[in-house]
Amino acid sequence: MTLQAVVNNVAPMPASKDVVVDIQKMSLTFQTADGPVYALSDVDLTINRGDFVSFIGPSGCGKTTLLRVIADLERATAGDILINGVSPRQAREDRAYGYVFQAPALLPWRSIERNVTLPLEIMEISKEERVKRAHDALKLVELNGFEKKFPWQLSGGMQQRASIARALSFDADLLLMDEPFGALDEIVRDHLNEQLLKLWARTNKTVAFVTHSIPEAVFLSSKIVVMSPRPGRIIDVIETDFAKDRTLDIRETPEFLEVAHRVREGLRAGHSYDD
Amino acid sequence: MSGKLDKFCLVGAVFALLSLVFPLSGVDPETGKNVAFVSDLPGLASAMVACVVIGVFFTWSGVTSVLRGSIILLVVIYGAWQAIATLYDHGLAGYASYGFWMFIASLWALVWRGIDVIANYRTLDQGKQQTANIIVPLAFGIWLLFLWEVITAGFGVPQVLLPAPSMIGVRFVNSTGILWDDFRQTFLKAVLAGYVLGCGSGLLVAIAVDRVPFLKRGLLPLGNMVSALPIIGVAPIMVMWFGFDWQSKAAVIVIMTFFPMLVNTVSGLNAAGRLERDLMATYASGYWSTLFRLRLPAALPFIFNALKINSTLALIGAIVAEFFGTPIVGMGFRISTEVGRMNVDMVWAEIALAALAGTAFYGAVALAERKVTSWHPSFRVRRH
Repeated sequence: MTLQAVVNNVAPMPASKDVVVDIQKMSLTFQTADGPVYALSDVDLTINRGDFVSFIGPSGCGKTTLLRVIADLERATAGDILINGVSPRQAREDRAYGYVFQAPALLPWRSIERNVTLPLEIMEISKEERVKRAHDALKLVELNGFEKKFPWQLSGGMQQRASIARALSFDADLLLMDEPFGALDEIVRDHLNEQLLKLWARTNKTVAFVTHSIPEAVFLSSKIVVMSPRPGRIIDVIETDFAKDRTLDIRETPEFLEVAHRVREGLRAGHSYDD
Repeated sequence: MSGKLDKFCLVGAVFALLSLVFPLSGVDPETGKNVAFVSDLPGLASAMVACVVIGVFFTWSGVTSVLRGSIILLVVIYGAWQAIATLYDHGLAGYASYGFWMFIASLWALVWRGIDVIANYRTLDQGKQQTANIIVPLAFGIWLLFLWEVITAGFGVPQVLLPAPSMIGVRFVNSTGILWDDFRQTFLKAVLAGYVLGCGSGLLVAIAVDRVPFLKRGLLPLGNMVSALPIIGVAPIMVMWFGFDWQSKAAVIVIMTFFPMLVNTVSGLNAAGRLERDLMATYASGYWSTLFRLRLPAALPFIFNALKINSTLALIGAIVAEFFGTPIVGMGFRISTEVGRMNVDMVWAEIALAALAGTAFYGAVALAERKVTSWHPSFRVRRH
């Protein structure tokens, strides 16, 4: 057996250890009574370790669906997806990612602390360790002191922060966030954006972030994925190089406005197909 | 003098005034004379005058405070006591006439106004507010008992038709031994056993139905049919199957309580939202873990709903089932035999016992619900 044959027999490995998400020629079609709906079509995407990737696009462009495919909450109908070099299902069972939904989805019968320890409980981690990790996670989102409160006793922004703490509690390297701040007002959103950025800079996690706000996407991301609808596809990938310790002030700089302009152009180009 | 007259107090004052004028009693056919006169009864007369005085006073000055409401209630209590005393101590029972009824009408108007003030009482002091919250239904209940008493006594309603509450009370106190035996047989044995078995099996089958799709399609429609069965039809058969003792009654209760629990739990298990299920999926949470951590807690309000419905159904089922054969003890047995012996006061004592037991049972379940599902929006407000 030649060396070449051995290499060919080896299962495909990720290009490097630093690729977290590797998607190639992936499509997803929903079968409905009105015929097939092409939610995602021919998507190629690579997310590297430490990236902050934003998915931006109008409603119906499949950005949430893409995130759900990565999370194994939806199954692709074609193409290849590897998360940390394994299938999404395996990655989910390995608890490879923390997912933050559009709504806080805190369980009302559990205190904030017990909500944060929920995933740890399922992963059968010891009680002391659970409490310690919940304490640390709540500190990261500046919610320490609210452990014994119940979700409804907190404001919307605080609830969403608690749900982020829950996603952080088991220390997965990958954080998937589906419009986590979409329901919050702009002042709270700005504040949480800054907090999230600090958290990302400190923990060096990989973040995939769905949004439909251009300033949010440009401010947060190291990579912006612009998507367009019908069928959902990627039309532009923009890399940015703002400093990791940036503040909201960069939103007035020419570089920021230039990137925002390019995102807007991309979104407009995607929309022109509709006419 | 304030601008607006207090109508209830005005009505109370007018009726009290008229009660002083109109004849208090009818004529005794044997003697051909009136049974009693207000002028011979200083107690009753003083109560009537007191009603006139406070009625007139509050008509003009208004019932503006809880203190004033309490004064009215005190006067009404005195008046009610005098009315009862007149009925029983001065031979008015069965002979009450216009004057007496006008006095009752006066009390009615005044008590209405007094309770109204206390019912609208709002304070931040928890203790005081709770006292006020308890006084209202209590006063209301006592007033209804009083009306029942004076109407049965005043009109001389035959005991077989409707005994006075005092009579039922006396019978209740004098037969605590029998009542306890009946309670033990019907409630402690049949109701509790049937309730636990019916609710428990309903819950377990609901979880199975939720897990196995063909059971959902096959069993639920069948279940709806069985739950529509009249228990009157099922009870004799259960007696044939399970014998005369409490087991057959428990079986009837199982049939009655099983399906409310099943149907409620099945819909409760679907109450957890899509988002929460996805959340559990992202943690790779297994079926049982998701069941106990998410779906059953989310179903608790539905389960408690069924528990509350079943708490009343169970008692009805046990009592009705006892009509179809039982050892010589039990609440249903007592009701059916004592009615045949015209001991209607005993029947009412059993009814009172059933009402007490049913209320306490329901109350205990509702209290447990409040403790266990205090997170639910319908209870949350109190915790702020």
